[in-house]
Amino acid sequence: MRLSLTKEPGLVRSSFTRPVLVALGVFAASPTVPAQEEPLAFTGAHLIPIVGEPIDGGTLLVHKGRILAAGAADAVPIPAGARTIDVAGKTLMPGLVDTHSHIGGIGGADASGPLQPDVRIHDSLNVRDSGFMRVRAGGLTTLNIMPGSGHLLSGQTIYVKVRKAGKIEDMFILDAGQRPMGGIKMANGTNPQGEPPFPGTRGKAAALVRQQFIKALEYRDKLERAGDDPDKRPARDIGLEAVVEALDGRRIVHHHTHRADDIITVLRLQQEFGFRVVLHHVSEAWKVADEIAKARAPCSVILVDSPGGKLEAAELIFDTAPILERAGVLIAFHTDDWITDSRLWFRMAAFGVRAGMSRKAALEALTLNGARMLDLDQRIGSLEAGKDADFIVLSGDPLSVYTKVEQTWIEGMKVFDRSDEKDRLYATGGFGAGHDQEPYFCCFDHDQAVQGEEH
Amino acid sequence: MDAPTSGRRRATRSALVGVFLCALSVPAGAQSIAVKGRIVHTMAGAPIENGVVIIRDGKIAAVGPAATTPIPRGLAVREARVVTPGLIDAHGTVGISGLLNSPHDQDQLDHSTAVQPELRAIDAYNPYDKLVEHLRGFGITTVHTGHAPGELVSGQTCIVKLRGNTVEEAVITTEAMVAVTLTTAAHRRDKGAPGTRGKAVAMLRAELVSAGIYLQKKETADESKRPDRDLKLEMLGRVLKGELPLLITADRAQDIASALRLKDEFKIRVVLDSAAEAFLMLEEIKRANVSVIVHPSMQRAVGERENQSFETAAKLHQAGILVALQSGYESYVPKTRVALFEAAIAAANGLTFGEALATITRDAAKILGIDGRVGTLEVGKDGDLALFDGDPFEYTAHCTGTIIEGVVVSDQPR
Repeated sequence: MRLSLTKEPGLVRSSFTRPVLVALGVFAASPTVPAQEEPLAFTGAHLIPIVGEPIDGGTLLVHKGRILAAGAADAVPIPAGARTIDVAGKTLMPGLVDTHSHIGGIGGADASGPLQPDVRIHDSLNVRDSGFMRVRAGGLTTLNIMPGSGHLLSGQTIYVKVRKAGKIEDMFILDAGQRPMGGIKMANGTNPQGEPPFPGTRGKAAALVRQQFIKALEYRDKLERAGDDPDKRPARDIGLEAVVEALDGRRIVHHHTHRADDIITVLRLQQEFGFRVVLHHVSEAWKVADEIAKARAPCSVILVDSPGGKLEAAELIFDTAPILERAGVLIAFHTDDWITDSRLWFRMAAFGVRAGMSRKAALEALTLNGARMLDLDQRIGSLEAGKDADFIVLSGDPLSVYTKVEQTWIEGMKVFDRSDEKDRLYATGGFGAGHDQEPYFCCFDHDQAVQGEEH
Repeated sequence: MDAPTSGRRRATRSALVGVFLCALSVPAGAQSIAVKGRIVHTMAGAPIENGVVIIRDGKIAAVGPAATTPIPRGLAVREARVVTPGLIDAHGTVGISGLLNSPHDQDQLDHSTAVQPELRAIDAYNPYDKLVEHLRGFGITTVHTGHAPGELVSGQTCIVKLRGNTVEEAVITTEAMVAVTLTTAAHRRDKGAPGTRGKAVAMLRAELVSAGIYLQKKETADESKRPDRDLKLEMLGRVLKGELPLLITADRAQDIASALRLKDEFKIRVVLDSAAEAFLMLEEIKRANVSVIVHPSMQRAVGERENQSFETAAKLHQAGILVALQSGYESYVPKTRVALFEAAIAAANGLTFGEALATITRDAAKILGIDGRVGTLEVGKDGDLALFDGDPFEYTAHCTGTIIEGVVVSDQPR
């Protein structure tokens, strides 16, 4: 049920229906123009396009940062002037999409209060953090970088492509209005609990969150009533602005929640306020899979090697993935990097399969379904004509422990190559791998500049 | 029979487990069983195709090709695609640092003082912790567990089989090693000591010197002049006498060097633990004839482990150093890692399949001094087996059974 203050009082939204406004926001330009001028044809690969069946000996054709075609060799003619790259024996699939990452030296909300919607995570990120190199080495191309879960609302998240970048703006993904895309990070359960002003109980936590959303509804109402009259407009509040964007569905709420009752509480608040939500972690989703399915709430799942480590993850099991799949829930996985290392993310999908998830669902959960949860599925997540040329070259089956990510490409630009010793260091680890990466400058011969430098 | 490869709801699983147990028709506690494997990795010679392992009264009575290894009539039989020795986790805190990570189940570190070698692991081990069952489900049969890194001398370790109602039923080595931490994790942020690397080593040397004096005085002819019994010095004295090694956790190269320096000065036995930068110290470690229990391959590469590598186990092995892998100790999610998966990453990063398997079987047993009874499938050794429906290191394969001394202790495909 929605409050009368909302724009469309008659409408009960499902937890994730995309508003028309956002659907128009696709195909926006990226901040950096890809320099790749000649078409590239990757031939001979085992293609896993995600949409459609895998293709042996397939061809992927990319140009100017976009995919021109992906399909069987005889269905994809290679245009004159194209450069052919033989990847016979390799596996090609879309770059991975991580709905929940903490890399880049995040610093979101501080200890001053439990709800800080004014804080933008991108104001804290260091693009030279070595974490970005490891992310590329893991085959990840798009991330939702979020503040932590120690708050009921810890700030605004940012969706990024891990392009080679000199500043965080170079990694932004822009919407149709040229605004950087991102969500809102929220959490319930035990992580946000603490001494006042933090909540001491679950009941208090929900009350604080409801009050925050009601404030935002009133703020939006005042803005609407003021119309174009600047005298009537309330003073600008950058925190409430972000919450209003969530209420309007322009900012998805990414909600940390583990225990079954906490998951249900998120759905209850979603029903009251109508924001769009992705449930993250969901250790006990296996207990309430039908309720989640009924609410049509997408789940971004984490699977780790053992349960426990904190009370609300005490009943985490691999079976969550197949149970949610059978219930018909939209599932993605996430790294939660540093909780799990981005270079080892494929194993999470493989553990889903180990527990009985279908292979198809497991691979979608690393790619297209993550894109769906970030409103980016028109643009990334599968190898389809018109989508961004974000893809990875693997040495074999993505779900095998022995497989290596050999190359990572973003918008037609190679951002990781395992055959390059410098890149390989970040793939394997070793001396220097944990240090911040070398600065990246456009039009600057970096190799020459650092010659002879001791590491 | 091979286990089904698909997961299912818990209720269904329980029902299936029931079926498996009936099908086995082995009375609970039976210690005799035959296991047929399409591949049996004995870790003592080449793998056997279509092999058989026969366990009698908890010990391996025969192992060999099916054609020449008859299964005695009446013996319960299990089958698996792949059979390995029961897996050994060469260092963890399972049973001592519990699943819930709440104060009531965390006994791995007492912070009252920096040097406490008298703390016994057996006085804290809980065989009922859920993580014991969790590891057992992945074929782990033996764990070297105890006090964690985090104090200069945090206490003792012990070695347990993952079975039993009491620690007495589980333990196979009561006092395995004395855990020493030479990383900054042992430093005190207040005014307490040690606060620096130099101070940590100085304190350790002083304690070992005291223990030497204590040993001497204990030998005094005049009984009245002998010192009162001191549990701390007594245990360090046993280290000085070479009865058990120091397990020294060190990650930075300079801390590894300090560990080797201590070994040299006091002529003690040392096993290196974690050793994130061991690849920088290969010659020194080799020359000192020290074995290494490498950090979990997948532990977080932060702080002093920022330079850790997936290839460390391989580099140590190639340098001729005895290497084992471990589940380690972490104070957050996941509460324990699984040595099987840590070895899998090593197998994908420079070790062969057999070398990687050795890090959690044969070579782990050697480092822990229990190779006389576990680590390989040879006649006379304990009947500890792990059964798999595929390559044990593949993420999508399953452990279909775990056997400890002839008893099936896990039957649920994991």
